[in-house]
Amino acid sequence: MFKKPKRKLYALIFLLPTFLAFVIGFIYPFIRGIYLSFFKFQIVTKTTFVGINNYLKAFKDESFLKSFWFTLAFVVVSVILINVLAFFIAYALTLKIRGSNLFRTVFFMPNLIGGIILGYIWHQIFDAILRSIDMPSLVTNSDLGFWGLIILMCWQQAGYMMIIYIAGFQSVPHDLYEASKIDGAGKGQMLVKVTLPMMMPSITICTFLTLTNSFKLFDQNLALTGGAPLVDGVWTTRMMALNIYKTFYGEGVSAKGVGQAEGVIFFLIVVIISLLQLYFTRRKEVQA
Amino acid sequence: MAANTNDKALKYKEKTPTFKIVLAIFFAAVSVFYVMPIIIVLYNSFKTNSGIASNLFALPGAESFNGIQNYVKGMTFGNYPFWQAALWSVFITLGGVTLILLCTSMAAWYIQRSNTIFCKIVYFFCIFSMVVPFQMVMFTLSDTANKLKLTTPWGVLLIYLGFGAGLSIFMFSGFVKSIPVEIEEAADVDGAGPLRTFFGVVLPIMKPTFISVAILETMWIWNDYLLPYLILDGKLYRTIPIHMQFLNGSYGQTDHGAIMALVVLSILPIVIFYFVCQKHIIEGVVSGAVKG
Repeated sequence: MFKKPKRKLYALIFLLPTFLAFVIGFIYPFIRGIYLSFFKFQIVTKTTFVGINNYLKAFKDESFLKSFWFTLAFVVVSVILINVLAFFIAYALTLKIRGSNLFRTVFFMPNLIGGIILGYIWHQIFDAILRSIDMPSLVTNSDLGFWGLIILMCWQQAGYMMIIYIAGFQSVPHDLYEASKIDGAGKGQMLVKVTLPMMMPSITICTFLTLTNSFKLFDQNLALTGGAPLVDGVWTTRMMALNIYKTFYGEGVSAKGVGQAEGVIFFLIVVIISLLQLYFTRRKEVQA
Repeated sequence: MAANTNDKALKYKEKTPTFKIVLAIFFAAVSVFYVMPIIIVLYNSFKTNSGIASNLFALPGAESFNGIQNYVKGMTFGNYPFWQAALWSVFITLGGVTLILLCTSMAAWYIQRSNTIFCKIVYFFCIFSMVVPFQMVMFTLSDTANKLKLTTPWGVLLIYLGFGAGLSIFMFSGFVKSIPVEIEEAADVDGAGPLRTFFGVVLPIMKPTFISVAILETMWIWNDYLLPYLILDGKLYRTIPIHMQFLNGSYGQTDHGAIMALVVLSILPIVIFYFVCQKHIIEGVVSGAVKG
């Protein structure tokens, strides 16, 4: 399509706007972010090179470590719960029961509402429930905060993953079931030996999406508990994203170099874990 | 033969009920539970603050009913008119999505069709940008935006184009790969040139992907909180999520009646939009996921 003499001219029209925005909005901030993680600074015009000092500090930063473990626990629980729930809801809804279209519509709906608003709504509901059984607010207990966040995420994300699983179930070729029926397979055997292997691509995608969504969670965390309660100087329900944000912008701490180093570590963790996950679940995929 | 198949269908129908009816009733119950949070907010938006505080689950009664007072108050609550935040949200979402659709579809087509090393590198970085968490670039991005004076709703559109390019270039590229080059070459032979080929031939074929990308990017930008919060000049410009978090964050003097009224107002348009083009939204999500 694009022949040599005029290729560059057309690059200006087709590629340049996006490329320019991409450089401003992503590439430059990304590279500069890595660069600045080796400097000590409060404002960007005054920086001192400190080598890997920021990284060492990050690993000693108690609130950063706490947020890491909290995030990890949250990711493990939410990824398993969301996917199991979504998988079985999708399975049930493909059995052609009455009203399955309506149920699908309802279960997906929470995904259209932003995390800030969802966090607010659930905060009110959790507190009202707790109050009715004479318990203190969600923000006074880190275990309650953890499970509150899990419930909120399951409620929101199960519907999204369900949609993907339904599409997966519908794409399993019907003759596979018929063939296994002729071979004398029962319902349970069919699920394990036919459906599950054929569903691996959907499982890969859904695990990937829930994994990255849970790791990067910010809005819901901010609006539901905001990281409260504060125990021994550490915010106990802060996830990594919120913790990094607060290192940059909150509570009078202006160790921006450390915040940037924590951002880089966060980025590396997300990339490595999602690549590992893709590698392991992709290996289990089969051809029909 | 005909009687036989009829029999079979009958048998199939007779065999299913009990189990499927139980399942349907179960899901109906779960569905009610599922929409409950939204219903609760809806009727609480008509209650007085003391009514909300004493029992969130109670329906508005003679004493706790507050008419549309919460809505009236919500309009100007928080030193910022709600309609203005709503207007900026609409502007940024529509503007951002339009810009993303136009620019990235052109870029994706160019990348796939010219296929130079440079294009491959750009493509790789686009995919890469999808995994990078926002907190990694948050500070440097807002600093860059400040320096380039992009702190207005117009400037944010450019940032959204850059930050949203990854997913949409990826999806458009996936589709362009499936278009036979012959169609475009035919147009080229007829003397159409790349611009006319793109707008006259390629764009109409890409329509399904356009809808999918539009849906995914709309859901993202409309609900996005941190990016506009860090980029925009907060005194002048707020979007709905920024406004809501501001109202919610002022603990102690939070006016829940007014906030709930605003929650209802911000959810309503999306829910209507959802029921109108539900089919497209669900297809958009599926195709976005399958290619991602």
